[in-house]
Amino acid sequence: MLRTTPFHSRTAPLCQAQNWRRWAGYVVASSYELIHDHEYWAIRSAAALLDVSPLYKYLVRGRDAARLLDRIVTRDLRRCAVGQVMYTSWCDEAGKVLDDGTVTRLEEDLFRLTAAEPNLRWLHENSLGLDVGIQDVSDATAALAVQGPAARDVLRSALDADLDGLRFFRATRAQVRDMPLTITRTGYTGDLGYELWVDARHAERMWDHLMEEGRRYGLTPAGILALDLARIEAGLILIDVDYVPARKALIQARTSSPFELGLGWTVRLDKDSFVGHRALRAEHARPAAWQLRGLEIEWDALERLYAEAGLPVELPATAWRTSVPVYAGDEQVGYATSGCWSPLLKQYLALAHVQAPHAAPGTSLAMEVTVEHRRRRAPARVRELPFFNPERKRA
Amino acid sequence: MNRTAFDAIVIGGGHNGLVNAAYLARAGLKVLVLERRRLVGGAAVTEEVFPGFKYCVCSYVVSLLRPEIIRDLDLPACGLEILPLESTFTPLPSGDYLVRWADHDLTRRELYRHSPRDADAYDEFGHLMHQLAFAVKPVLGMMPPDLTSFAPSDLAGLLRLGRYVRGLGADRFHALVKLMTMSAAEYLEEWFETEALRATMSASGIIGTFLGPRSPGTAYVLLHHYMGEIDGVFRAWGFARGGTGAVSNAIATAAERRGVTIRTGAPVARVLTRGGRARGVVLESGEEIAAKVVVSALDPKRTFLELVDPASLPGELIEDIRRFRIRGSSGKVNLALSELPSFTCLPGIGPHLRGAMSISPSVEYLERAYDDAKYGAFSRRPYMDIVIPSLIDPGMAPPGKHVMSIFVQYAPYQLNGGWTDARREAFGDTVIDTLSQYAPNLRGAILHRQVLTPADMEREMGLTEGNIFHGELSLHQLFSLRPAAPWAQYRTPIAGYYQCGSGTHPGGGISGAPGRLGALRILKDLGR
Repeated sequence: MLRTTPFHSRTAPLCQAQNWRRWAGYVVASSYELIHDHEYWAIRSAAALLDVSPLYKYLVRGRDAARLLDRIVTRDLRRCAVGQVMYTSWCDEAGKVLDDGTVTRLEEDLFRLTAAEPNLRWLHENSLGLDVGIQDVSDATAALAVQGPAARDVLRSALDADLDGLRFFRATRAQVRDMPLTITRTGYTGDLGYELWVDARHAERMWDHLMEEGRRYGLTPAGILALDLARIEAGLILIDVDYVPARKALIQARTSSPFELGLGWTVRLDKDSFVGHRALRAEHARPAAWQLRGLEIEWDALERLYAEAGLPVELPATAWRTSVPVYAGDEQVGYATSGCWSPLLKQYLALAHVQAPHAAPGTSLAMEVTVEHRRRRAPARVRELPFFNPERKRA
Repeated sequence: MNRTAFDAIVIGGGHNGLVNAAYLARAGLKVLVLERRRLVGGAAVTEEVFPGFKYCVCSYVVSLLRPEIIRDLDLPACGLEILPLESTFTPLPSGDYLVRWADHDLTRRELYRHSPRDADAYDEFGHLMHQLAFAVKPVLGMMPPDLTSFAPSDLAGLLRLGRYVRGLGADRFHALVKLMTMSAAEYLEEWFETEALRATMSASGIIGTFLGPRSPGTAYVLLHHYMGEIDGVFRAWGFARGGTGAVSNAIATAAERRGVTIRTGAPVARVLTRGGRARGVVLESGEEIAAKVVVSALDPKRTFLELVDPASLPGELIEDIRRFRIRGSSGKVNLALSELPSFTCLPGIGPHLRGAMSISPSVEYLERAYDDAKYGAFSRRPYMDIVIPSLIDPGMAPPGKHVMSIFVQYAPYQLNGGWTDARREAFGDTVIDTLSQYAPNLRGAILHRQVLTPADMEREMGLTEGNIFHGELSLHQLFSLRPAAPWAQYRTPIAGYYQCGSGTHPGGGISGAPGRLGALRILKDLGR
């Protein structure tokens, strides 16, 4: 049996679709309802409740906690204030991305690192000679995301915390009855949203409480299918889908630097040495060979391709996660790794790795589409990411 | 003189001999295989020793069988079916256990239970070994070059070898050097802290060798086993439906379909030579059979010291072959069971019984098992690699009944006082006693037991000193040095006399690679 999350006793009865998937050794709901549309729209128009417990979570504490994390991640943690959260990537010595996640400074000498991959050994390897304690709290900490325009209303109703003072990528402590928790204003939807970190022993009661309080705001449990649409709209990359972590890459060509993944902004070359510093400094001096970009497949052209087959356009019902060639003329200049029809933006969107000379926003490229068993090329325009970036996210 | 004209005679109907014959026949040669026993397969045989129960008498799992051989000989069409062997279960004396499952998430969770850091390290280790196996694997299918020769083909071979090594990159190259020089236990200790994991993994470094997990050079055998692949997946072990004998039978069928004649019960006395050339063979019955090409699939000792007159060979080669290390170190116990074993640490019937079961609780346990053997005794507490073939292929035993295959190490060929019937049974008792400590119901479930010592394997299967690999897989006996330089390219000093057994590159296991490469050498020499 695979592991179930601390919320399983609550999510299982709701999962009408019986549609489960694996995430980091756990089973989580792909969708609760038979069709995921309602769950997606909850994220964008009301509030969605997502079980994100499978994330790997580590507590790093001690006098050298900041030094250890600063040695690993590309962001400058000396500038991370208590109560601040930083999204960051981290790399191997060659400057290739190993993982991405968040670092929350809970106290002066206490941090929580979230990660998509196991990082316990990596943390230990880099902690030699440092005064730190590293604790894997992946199982002990349950995590819920409350995402959507009504997320703040839901939480305001459910718990007593200074939500108005909680800015984007900040953290605060709160208490619900006898249950202490941490709230971070973070998420994977690109919308107004929060993540709640609570002791796994309180998980079920926390779920019940939020569902109860959130009902009148339309709080809806949402699965991974809905989340996948939202994160593509938000231009947020997914490990193993949009990039191969360096540790799993069988060949050099599969690895990526942060600059090639649109994460150049997380690399602070001015800080003291960190893993991959030298390689990233060298790479920074010359333009990255690849860029991560958005692609918008042009509707009229797509419609013509389908019309030639005597069909109306057939759009993917869920986000796809395969490698699809991207062309400039007859030359392949990149590949898209995820894509979906955005129900909100009414655009066919994809995340793509594009060779730098073809990556300027506005460039006309083409993406392979299969129309009635035949491979065709649909014109697509290079776009900056994110596709969707509402003001409420930061407001 | 028998006038039936054969182009080639292959001595020994083991899997390599059969592969060799099939490839020769595929190129249009008229080939005769001569097998001493009444059935083909050599050490890869399935025999119904006890009515209704089929034993994989010696070899019991498949992984290294070269994919190109499966394709070239179309073995699936000849009846080869390889079923997955999914897990490795190590029961521990403490009452705990360690299982590595086929599923990555389950394995990670199990390892995490023992050591969270090992759970991370295991993925990284697997990734590294996968890369190394991928990089080194082409060497398995490559004719070993003569390292001292300047012949164009040898230079080309060296160049290819250099390219593989260079393609590794610095990190992996360093790992490879470590694997080539370190002991399995030390290498694994660099990675893991869980004792049972270190021990069970290092066990694959000692299989078939007369070395302990702390002996330098055993780390390479780890990699050798990682090079096994099924359907392109490295480190995948399988069980042939019908037992390992079914692998031999499939290859024999493939050979016969290509016109090969197979004669069983036809022991060869010696190779006939005249004027420095092989001319055919003479059977123990006195019958002579002529052929331009004679191939020995037997081990190097038999190939050079018994089948031909050693006096006709260069003295240096004879010395090398006499020194060639072929010390048998393992035994085999096959059981017919009325019920499945129930392990104290994980009672009842479960998926852990469908894979390999390993009695390897700690590196010290394995090393102590070796200590006994070093001084001429069989291990009082031996290492065992166990499978229950009837759980994978129900046809191996009557309905509801089971067969168990137990590979046991160490059982030295040179036992103090020599192997006798009484000592064989004492060895069998030790195995059952040891295993019963983990699965107490075993003893009462045994309907029949077959015990093979190295001496039995030598007598029955023709494996000199009972060595399952036709010679140890130690660095000085590999590649261009297997079995001896400069005769590592399947030729011998006698024109028309070739070798193709596991004592040639790339060595033991049911790979078929020596048989194939030997055939390619012969065909090239014949201008085919």
